[in-house]
Amino acid sequence: MKEIILLKAGEIALKGLNRSTFEDRLVKNCKFRLKGIGSFKFTRAQSTMVAEPMDESIDMDDAVDALKTVFGFAGLSQACVVEKELAAIQQAAADYLGEDLRRARTFKVEAKRADKAFPLKSPEICTEVGGYLLSRFPHLQVDVHNPDMTVYVEVRDHAAFVRGPQMPGAGGMPVGSSGKALLLISGGIDSPVAGYMMAKRGLEIEAIHFAAPPYTSEHAKQKVIALCQETGRYAGRIKLHVVGFTKVQEEIRDKCPEEYFTIIMRRYMMKIAERLAQQNGCGALITGESVAQVASQTLYAIGCTDVACQLPVLRPVIGMDKNEIVAVSRRIGTFETSILPYEDCCTVFTPRHPRTKPRLHQVLAAEQALDEEALIAQAMENIETIVTYPQQW
Amino acid sequence: MVQEIYLDNSATTQVDGRVVDYIAQVMRESYGNPSSLYDMGAHSQRLLREAAASVAGLIGGRGENLCFTSGGTESNNWAVFGTAHAKRRRGRRIVTTAFEHSSILEPFKRLGEEGFEPVLVSPDSQGNIAPEDILAQVTPDTILVSFMLVNNEVGSVLDYQAIAARVKEIAPHATVHCDAVQAFGKLPIKIEKTDIDLLSMSGHKIHAPKGIGALYIKKGTRIDPLIYGGAQQGGLRPGTESLPLACGMGYAARLRGERLREDYQAVAALRAYTLERLKELPGIVLNSPENAFPYILNLSVEGIRSETMLHHLERERIYVSSASACTKGAASHVLAAMGLPAGRIDSALRLSFNAGITTEDIDRFIGQLRLGMETLARARS
Repeated sequence: MKEIILLKAGEIALKGLNRSTFEDRLVKNCKFRLKGIGSFKFTRAQSTMVAEPMDESIDMDDAVDALKTVFGFAGLSQACVVEKELAAIQQAAADYLGEDLRRARTFKVEAKRADKAFPLKSPEICTEVGGYLLSRFPHLQVDVHNPDMTVYVEVRDHAAFVRGPQMPGAGGMPVGSSGKALLLISGGIDSPVAGYMMAKRGLEIEAIHFAAPPYTSEHAKQKVIALCQETGRYAGRIKLHVVGFTKVQEEIRDKCPEEYFTIIMRRYMMKIAERLAQQNGCGALITGESVAQVASQTLYAIGCTDVACQLPVLRPVIGMDKNEIVAVSRRIGTFETSILPYEDCCTVFTPRHPRTKPRLHQVLAAEQALDEEALIAQAMENIETIVTYPQQW
Repeated sequence: MVQEIYLDNSATTQVDGRVVDYIAQVMRESYGNPSSLYDMGAHSQRLLREAAASVAGLIGGRGENLCFTSGGTESNNWAVFGTAHAKRRRGRRIVTTAFEHSSILEPFKRLGEEGFEPVLVSPDSQGNIAPEDILAQVTPDTILVSFMLVNNEVGSVLDYQAIAARVKEIAPHATVHCDAVQAFGKLPIKIEKTDIDLLSMSGHKIHAPKGIGALYIKKGTRIDPLIYGGAQQGGLRPGTESLPLACGMGYAARLRGERLREDYQAVAALRAYTLERLKELPGIVLNSPENAFPYILNLSVEGIRSETMLHHLERERIYVSSASACTKGAASHVLAAMGLPAGRIDSALRLSFNAGITTEDIDRFIGQLRLGMETLARARS
């Protein structure tokens, strides 16, 4: 029995003449995610894409799990391919979906006939297949309104597909189809979620992390690499830039008033990120800021950091509560890594009483003590770039 | 790249090259299961007995009383749970110290939840515990007294012989357990001449691999197994023995035995030298007691957080341990039990030596420590 995966396009089905660009990207992303599982042939038929394994030994459940994390599909299902003959379809429905049918109490059959040359019309297919299944599984009852289990039969040009219900896909747009943006990743819970959300809108993600050795450790860097790999299950390959930030932090600490440490530090992060983004063709910055979560994320503070750069700053979790962010983080599998304790090792640079309502003119005055160009140039020369690859579940 | 200076030998040690070779040889040539009835099994059984005799020999004991375990944590867990469960009808009181390793403290906590009465004896601000302090807590119905021979963070040495002897006078039915993981192979121990019943050891602190340890069980001591299964090691610690690791620990124990006194002298001299050099640096406070175990030296660097200094030294490939963890509330329970102020706990570093460290290494360490103290941003007090 031959199995395939049917992938239902999401939003891209609504695209017009440029739809094939999106589809090409989607196929490419699928093939990337299926590396290591096996090679597949992809064919398109209207809003459905068919992934056909090129090798019988491929584990189809693994493939489905991998494709569930590819943005661009509304839903997906495993189906079995049979010849376009009623007897074969009936047999396949009973064998392929037998386990689910044995567990169900009620069922129905839905049929779609794309090949109008097939002798039976859709309602007739339903009746014939349903009748056969009733004879094979006498405990079942038909319920066309609220069945426990629905059997789908699709008669296509070359073959018929028999499948059970569709599973939800990851939704969104194919990663890379909307351009590229640079994610500021700290090691906490919010930034991977922000990266995930923007990847969902079709952005390719690069990441920037600020490290301050010896105040932060190698463990902290490894943690950020792990977070990129985990976010990569959805976002794909992520290029991570680790900026040596110690000098900047020490200068701020030595020369600026304590209550502005954090805000000035964040402004420098934005400035450095912007420069790196422009060098790497990124059209926006992404942060995991959420209004009022901490002192540096009050509306006043965001106002001060936002004007530090020209590029648009995307803040997808801006209106989410912490527990909502945590829920996404758990679902996408970054939470456990995010809560490893390395990140906050160093409280040396955190002010005791940060300003929660900083005014821009005050911040700018406080920054006067710093040689901005030299500090940024020094940081830009101190960047290590690591390409991270998606980590399988 | 500069040569590393590994000053964290209480965390673990480099495996001795001769031990590596021997383990590889055992893996290649003596792979028979010690329980198999044919000659290959008998050969493995003989190697295992020899290894047990070597390990026991280092503490003046007999190989037949030694069980191999997966390491110090298992040995400690086994000693605590195994004793408490075997003697539950004799009493509920179990006594230990507040600065034990977590592999003692956590089982005690658990036994408290099971209805036992755990008692923790605190050290003084110097990190010492006098025998009287422990004995004051021992009652006639006490079933277990467990204490470290040497504390792993500050290096306090307990008068184990006096404690064990007096415990037996007050509570003849009590089992005396000694966690000797740090002292093993470094202090001369004659277990059969003391009143200690159980003694925990670990392989990777004496240049054997991680994953192997032992519990010495003096003849006649009642103890329940921690895990159940086959009849290996008298049914007390079932599971096919890890022959290569056991042989490695045995060989490492023999090598330690040959150099125990010599190395002790060398390390004592090294510690004295380190203390002398540290006097040059203002703002260093010692947390180790004066008469401490020479292999361990705990100090605080005023105003500089442990992890910051640790990572600063790491960049010069000098490796020390931070006694405190980064998350608040998870700071060193040992220093906290000594009642030290938070600032001192947050800035504590532990050096732990081996005999291969030279005075030049210490000079380099002092130089980098000085540099760190001059350049690193300080925590606000």
